[in-house]
Amino acid sequence: MTQNFDTIPNGPGAAAILAAGFGCFLVGLFALIGDAFPVVSKFFTFYKPTGALSGVTTSAIIIWLVGWYILSRAWHDKNVEMKWVNIFAFSFLLLSLLLTFPPFTELLQGK
Amino acid sequence: MEISLRDLITVFHGMGFGALFMLAFSGAIAELYRMSAVGAPTPTPQGQMLLRVFLYAMVVLAWATVLSGAYFIYPWYRAVPPLGTLDLGLYPKALLMASPSTSLWHSIGMEWKEHVAWIAPIAMTMVAYIFMKYSSVLAKHRQIRTAALVFTIAAFVATAVAGAFGAFLSKYAPIRGGATIQLLQNTEK
Repeated sequence: MTQNFDTIPNGPGAAAILAAGFGCFLVGLFALIGDAFPVVSKFFTFYKPTGALSGVTTSAIIIWLVGWYILSRAWHDKNVEMKWVNIFAFSFLLLSLLLTFPPFTELLQGK
Repeated sequence: MEISLRDLITVFHGMGFGALFMLAFSGAIAELYRMSAVGAPTPTPQGQMLLRVFLYAMVVLAWATVLSGAYFIYPWYRAVPPLGTLDLGLYPKALLMASPSTSLWHSIGMEWKEHVAWIAPIAMTMVAYIFMKYSSVLAKHRQIRTAALVFTIAAFVATAVAGAFGAFLSKYAPIRGGATIQLLQNTEK
């Protein structure tokens, strides 16, 4: 089956971009709540030698991939408003960079 | 000439996967920027294939770097020394935390590095997918190209932070131990 590249809608690309931004954000968010709450840190300890990092990253990756799949299914033949997709994706990306920076997360936790 | 198993795996993690991934960014960012320029010519099929292979290699290197770091090196780094241990040479985290002059290398350096590094493989997987999916028509999707470039730059920043702190941490608290591997034997008498 051949694909007419001139008619590829932007939906699949938008799904990948938004999901990647959200996946990066989840790494930061899960790291923050794992650091703030010992019970969450314990929950995220999927592999004891690596500690909470194993669950933080594995959970973020699974949700990122599932989210990407769902968005791809929903947008596979659609053209979506890329401006908003990029605004959300870049915001998630920026937040992910901030939430992985220890002085910022300590500030959020009031440490 | 000998090297310990842990040293060897650390070298693969940092200098093998990580440094190669870092070096590849210059090519990826230059090509993405060139493609984003107004009036940039459409790459030839061979050029597109080369860029796709280049990006796939970056994705593999990015995942290899974070997975080897998290599941081989990090457990050695954060190992808890038995009570009463005086020589903390085999326990890098404990060694750093034992002194106020080095503790921030862990609480800022390692804490930042261990999380920020994961942004790079997620971002580059998406960028490689975009190139695979859109190939020659990417020139017609300006905002998708812009997003790919922004995520590539973010992945570069994340890798630079992780790589720089990795280099500093291996100076102040190197990963040591494991079986000894003899690389070359001195035959001089």
